[in-house]
Amino acid sequence: MTSKLTRRRFIKGVIFSGAAATTGTGFYLAANAQSGAGSAERLITLNINGRSRPVDVMPSETLAYTLRYKLDLTGTKIGCNRGECGACTVLIDGVPNYACSVLTHNMKGKSVVSIEGLKAADGTLHPVQQAFIDENSPQCGFCTPGQVMSAVALLNSNPSPSREEVRKGLSGNLCRCGAYEHYINGVLRASGQLA
Amino acid sequence: MPAHDVMPNMELYQPVQVEDAVQIADRLADRGWLVGGGQDTYGWLKDRAKSADALIDLSGIEALRGIRETADGIEIGALTTLTEVAESGLIQQRYAVLSEAAGVVASPQIRNIGTLGGNVSQDVRCWYYRRGLSCYRAGGNLCYADTPQGMNREHALFEQSRCVAAGASDTAPALVALDATMVIQSVDGVRTVSAEDYFVGPALDIEHTTILRPGEILTAVRIPATWANATHYWEKVADRNVWDFSLVNVAAVFRVNGGTIEDSRIVAGAVQTTPRRLTNVENAVRGQAKNAQTAESVAPMAADGARVLAHNGFKVPLLKNLVKRAIAA
Repeated sequence: MTSKLTRRRFIKGVIFSGAAATTGTGFYLAANAQSGAGSAERLITLNINGRSRPVDVMPSETLAYTLRYKLDLTGTKIGCNRGECGACTVLIDGVPNYACSVLTHNMKGKSVVSIEGLKAADGTLHPVQQAFIDENSPQCGFCTPGQVMSAVALLNSNPSPSREEVRKGLSGNLCRCGAYEHYINGVLRASGQLA
Repeated sequence: MPAHDVMPNMELYQPVQVEDAVQIADRLADRGWLVGGGQDTYGWLKDRAKSADALIDLSGIEALRGIRETADGIEIGALTTLTEVAESGLIQQRYAVLSEAAGVVASPQIRNIGTLGGNVSQDVRCWYYRRGLSCYRAGGNLCYADTPQGMNREHALFEQSRCVAAGASDTAPALVALDATMVIQSVDGVRTVSAEDYFVGPALDIEHTTILRPGEILTAVRIPATWANATHYWEKVADRNVWDFSLVNVAAVFRVNGGTIEDSRIVAGAVQTTPRRLTNVENAVRGQAKNAQTAESVAPMAADGARVLAHNGFKVPLLKNLVKRAIAA
């Protein structure tokens, strides 16, 4: 294998946390990451809410961690951090996913939308956010960003869902207050089906 | 055990070609951890219950994604997401038992990133094991679940061998029912095994749930035309409608001619470590009418050989009833 060809083919990324080394198989290994001196692979640019955000990302860092602690986008909540609650739901290329359970290094070349990216440039809330306010959907509010993201994704693919479809669309988001029916009302209002 | 919220620091490989991935996997062997969607990976790592030196992230390998028609059926790339499997028109039309199973795994968000390869290769559900205790499966010499005080309501009915954990995959029983073939690649080349042989129980290998060995990657699942468009039945029973793992599930396909069952494959999940093919039931219904009467008479056989633990006795009637419904439906 020629190293140039191999490198391009091989490496979307090879990110090492330890010391740099090269091997006979032709990997290019990133510089020492623990020093904090960002290697080319660790210093990546993410597309978050339509903006390019350069950020130094550890190899096994999750997107929720990066959003909250590196980019200060704390609207994305970490509830269980195990993909079991939905509070950290964000849209990755338009698809709802748990930000706690994806690697930030997988976001290269993808677009991420978090709760902060929904409002219009003039500050107008997204119709789902406004509808949730109008329906008093949230109670304590901790799960709300995730509920909003799931609702936005649902309405993007199905602008006029039935109540049952809303229930399914939001089924990956827990609410410990039990405000489910109010969230469903909010989604139906946002879709124009509830006056 | 403290709860850890942060991933441990590991190396990360992101190959974009299968050939490169198998080379990396071969070189790292058991120091490497293959990641597809990662939904069964990150919990282990965050809990510090298992560890590895490096993650081998397969999600950038486009060749491992997608559903293709072949001369004899279809081939599903191992990285195809469960949502893609559930929503594929081709699979819904010909292999509905699989699309239905994939459609009820975990939650929508997990199905959006979780892969078919990962779903069938996931580890067993046993909290003692998943808590990092040194049980048989973790290389120790005792089982915490199979004790009078042990929490074993979700555990296995059959084929226990020191370990009593049950397998959790919903798609695995469907793939066994459809007589699928698993395609495995390593630096030595490609080998294929039947879905039935892909899964291994604790008597054979207590520390693994599949025959995959370090350095090997499950690259695709092939489903033959044999059971395309067959009469099918899928049902999953769990405590919750979302997220939860099956307490018992049943995947079945039938070849029916004039109301008579000519042949069938009936597979139960979550009753042992591997999907359990109910061959005695299959044999008993061959040549019988596919109706409630047949179902009633053969369903008790589904539980033949069950060894009930302290708290999972309810799984016996549950299994029988699901088999009854599968045949009567």
